[in-house]
Amino acid sequence: MIEGSVSRISGPVVLSDGLRGSRMYDVVKVGKQELNGEVIRLDGDRAVIQVYEDTSGLKIGEKVTNTETPLSVELGPGLLSSIYDGIQRPLPTLVEMSGSYISRGISLPGLDRKRKWTFEPAVKKGDKLKGGDIVGRVKEFHINHKILVPPLVSGTVTNVWTGDFHVDETVVTLDTGATISLMQKWPVRKGRPYQKKMDPDTLLVTGQRVFDTLFPVTKGGTAMIPGGFGTGKTVAEQTLAKWSDTQIVVYIGCGERGNEMTDVLSEFPELLDPRTKLPLIQRTILIANTSNMPVAAREASIYTGITMAEYYRDMGYDVALMADSTSRWGEALREVSGRLEEMPGEEGYPAYLATRLAAFYERAGRVVCLGADNRVGSITVIGAVSPPGGDFSEPITQNTLRIAGTFWALDTSLAYRRHFPSVNWIRSYSLYLEQVREWFTKTGFGEWKELRDRTMYLLQKEVELQEIVQLVGPDALPESEKAILEVTRMVREDFLQQSAYHDIDSYCSLDKQYWMLKVILAFYDRMNASMSRGTPLARILKLPIKSEIGRMKELTDLERIKALIAEIDKSITTLEEER
Amino acid sequence: MNPVSLLTREYRTVSYVSGPLIFVKNVKGASFGEIAQIILPNGEERRGQVLDISRELAVVQVFEGTSGIDNLNTKVRFTGEPPLIDVSFDMLGRIFNGVGKPRDSGPDIIEEDSLDINGMPINPYARDKPSDFIQTGISAIDGLNTLVRGQKLPIFSGAGLPANKLAAQIARQAKVLGEGEKFAVVFVAMGITFKEASFFMRDFEKTGALERVVFFMNLADDPTIERIATPRCALTAAEYLAFTHHLHVLVILTDMTNYCEALREVSTAREEVPGRRGYPGYMYTDLASIYERAGRIKGKKGSITQIPILTMPDDDITHPVPDLTGYITEGQIVLSRDLFRRGADPPIDVLPCLSRLMNLGIGPGKTREDHRNVADQLYASYAYGRDLRRLVAIVGEEALTDVDRIYLKFADEFEKKFITQQDENRSIEKTFEIGWKLFSMLPETELKRIKREYIQKYHPTTKGGETSGAS
Repeated sequence: MIEGSVSRISGPVVLSDGLRGSRMYDVVKVGKQELNGEVIRLDGDRAVIQVYEDTSGLKIGEKVTNTETPLSVELGPGLLSSIYDGIQRPLPTLVEMSGSYISRGISLPGLDRKRKWTFEPAVKKGDKLKGGDIVGRVKEFHINHKILVPPLVSGTVTNVWTGDFHVDETVVTLDTGATISLMQKWPVRKGRPYQKKMDPDTLLVTGQRVFDTLFPVTKGGTAMIPGGFGTGKTVAEQTLAKWSDTQIVVYIGCGERGNEMTDVLSEFPELLDPRTKLPLIQRTILIANTSNMPVAAREASIYTGITMAEYYRDMGYDVALMADSTSRWGEALREVSGRLEEMPGEEGYPAYLATRLAAFYERAGRVVCLGADNRVGSITVIGAVSPPGGDFSEPITQNTLRIAGTFWALDTSLAYRRHFPSVNWIRSYSLYLEQVREWFTKTGFGEWKELRDRTMYLLQKEVELQEIVQLVGPDALPESEKAILEVTRMVREDFLQQSAYHDIDSYCSLDKQYWMLKVILAFYDRMNASMSRGTPLARILKLPIKSEIGRMKELTDLERIKALIAEIDKSITTLEEER
Repeated sequence: MNPVSLLTREYRTVSYVSGPLIFVKNVKGASFGEIAQIILPNGEERRGQVLDISRELAVVQVFEGTSGIDNLNTKVRFTGEPPLIDVSFDMLGRIFNGVGKPRDSGPDIIEEDSLDINGMPINPYARDKPSDFIQTGISAIDGLNTLVRGQKLPIFSGAGLPANKLAAQIARQAKVLGEGEKFAVVFVAMGITFKEASFFMRDFEKTGALERVVFFMNLADDPTIERIATPRCALTAAEYLAFTHHLHVLVILTDMTNYCEALREVSTAREEVPGRRGYPGYMYTDLASIYERAGRIKGKKGSITQIPILTMPDDDITHPVPDLTGYITEGQIVLSRDLFRRGADPPIDVLPCLSRLMNLGIGPGKTREDHRNVADQLYASYAYGRDLRRLVAIVGEEALTDVDRIYLKFADEFEKKFITQQDENRSIEKTFEIGWKLFSMLPETELKRIKREYIQKYHPTTKGGETSGAS
């Protein structure tokens, strides 16, 4: 065992002598309290360690022990509905051990060692197995938790057991001497292997109109949500965590507020998944490293999260990972880099920021997993970004833009007028439009592309018209252009705005989205047709049908919405006849 | 307070002094973050904290400043202790300096406990969800940006704007409906003038709340670096009162901008790579270690609610201090110079304001069922009216439609009737009443954010069946 001694302490960064032979990213125990740390630089005899816990009280000369294993997480049944800190210590157990405050130097297994799981084997003696093959399953809530052969293991089955087991008990032995238990360990900084990557082609249905209809993200895609404070990043992330149609959700609270995590913790057990009708918490893994918890553990938290996501992906599930916020992760990098006295890049961030960000986002994707049955799984990564001063030219936003496939730009001025989600429809974009087009058609929404294009055209036109209005007033516009302003206002207020707290509107099915937009555009078409026959715009706008359209959000009956198209026609026809 | 133990080590090896920092050579056995006593050649004693330590050198930040320290005779004694503060229930009604020593004429505190001022992070799992509505009596807050117990809600002010008056009014009026329980105020002054501090003191005195207040005073002419310890001392005392003595503690911190400047001073002296505008890159984490100490804990009766006040330099909300604060706190109350000039009192610009925990504290059983809808509608209508103001400045009022002219009027009335209230202590019902009265200016079809049943129930013209509500 390699042992050294502390030679310098500067906040979360500790230098140690006598660690020759250590490898990069080995986990070390620092000092008498055995604080957890990780080697991040080697220099002759000396190693630089980032410590995951507060270093106050640590002294020069205290012992440093290298555990000679990289930072790893435990993967197995029991992850779902758990809440961990950045280095996979279960927070409820920490409360039991050290009370309401997080004290230092506690090492805990990530998975409960006392709980037993019923293992149903799927292999028999003599079967040849390779990494990724399924040896059996346990039931984790409603999820069929497949027990996999760890990626680098193979051999012929020599023994299989059935029955109730703890996570660390052997259930299968192989002739190569390898043993397989319900649990495996994996180093967090290394992506779990797969057979091959595939193009993402399925829409991630989020139930949010502005996301699904205008700026879709695919399963296995990446999206970023940048926005100044108060623009609703966290609400958007939580809404996505609630309603995304994936089997598993990993939610990482990275350097954010403690009360927000409490909110998630108290809300998710009560909310039901609209598809399975089971509590949302049963498909969710929470990682909470709040802003006042140690910085280095914040840096580790997103890796901890994505490794767990990869584990469920490897079982063939669709996983959505929310990271709120990647800026705090970047700042943790910056803080540690500053203490290492590295040459700073832009705004004090280290030069390797872009590489690290890219490496993280590239762990998303739709893949053919290891294993004989060629199952397909996916990870969708949705990262919030908190640009200082709401200025998108800062390094984290810019570097993420180069990687992310969908860009949901949150807008402070929209948030100020309580237009939520405050996604700016002019600045945002999605690079997955072509991929999902086919999916929409296949799923029975043939006109989606056309509806979306028309909507985007109108919204773009509105910006131009607004500029004219600002100069010369609305009276100067011809009737047809006033009609555009009216319809875009309807699109904004009656379609794009969606309250995350409304009992009905917080989740909007694709069917409903599709028909709502159809109704609004049908109104526009009918209005135009009527105006060309001489009906004044003001008369049409006074029709009660217009406020009916404004109340579509509250409707649950799809047929009621569909019927509006005929009603629009009827009321405008009546108006024409009156004249 | 603590007797100097025989093991304490004393050094005369100060080698380098820069700004608030001294560098001491060949220190053995000191620990990171511990407190050092510095004895000047003239016998004066100061306190400092270890910021960085290696085999050769310890960097100590001196709270009271480094003037008079030399690198020949100055002695540095390492106490081996983290920065501690003596706490007691008897702190109520007393005045302390920035590092927790009494500065009024009273006796020393007989400590019930001695606690590390840095505290420890609350386990997110042990946090209890804030849910008690605090009625501040101010419509712009109660109606639109509701404060709940355990929240941290800062006031973003500008130089010369009446943030102090507002904070004092909140401290005076804040109550939880239907409960008359034990509360305390911890008032933390960082670099504010004597005049500002005495304003608060007088105000507390007038309302007879003085014996429920603990003052921590680091005034403008007190040592700057002490300010780094001041909020931590105060919050440690607040935590003690809240979670040991079960009090509901309201902590007012003013002015956070001065705190951040002290932080920048230390960072610059350490020659760290600066972040935006020279503030250190870790300022977010540092501020979080203060703000995140607000909250409630499962199984404990007390709570800590924070109202930090900060001055936006040049009224710039994107300046690092308000910006990072806004990213940590659960919303913000923003004062506006524009409204102040127009005579609004308090001059709260509700558009950039936000309370993230509002939904936890409102609704049936807490305030009223229509609260969310009313707030949304007021926001939407007022925002639209404000937009029109800009338009009118260019094209004149004649160019507007009839409805738009009403909106314009609505925005004016909103500022006059709803926002402006001066010293009035409004009940939440009164706030709703004013809100609905404002709605009655608008055509009913414009009230899209409100459920129809609420319109029928609360709208002044439909209420009581004067007109039959269309449904």
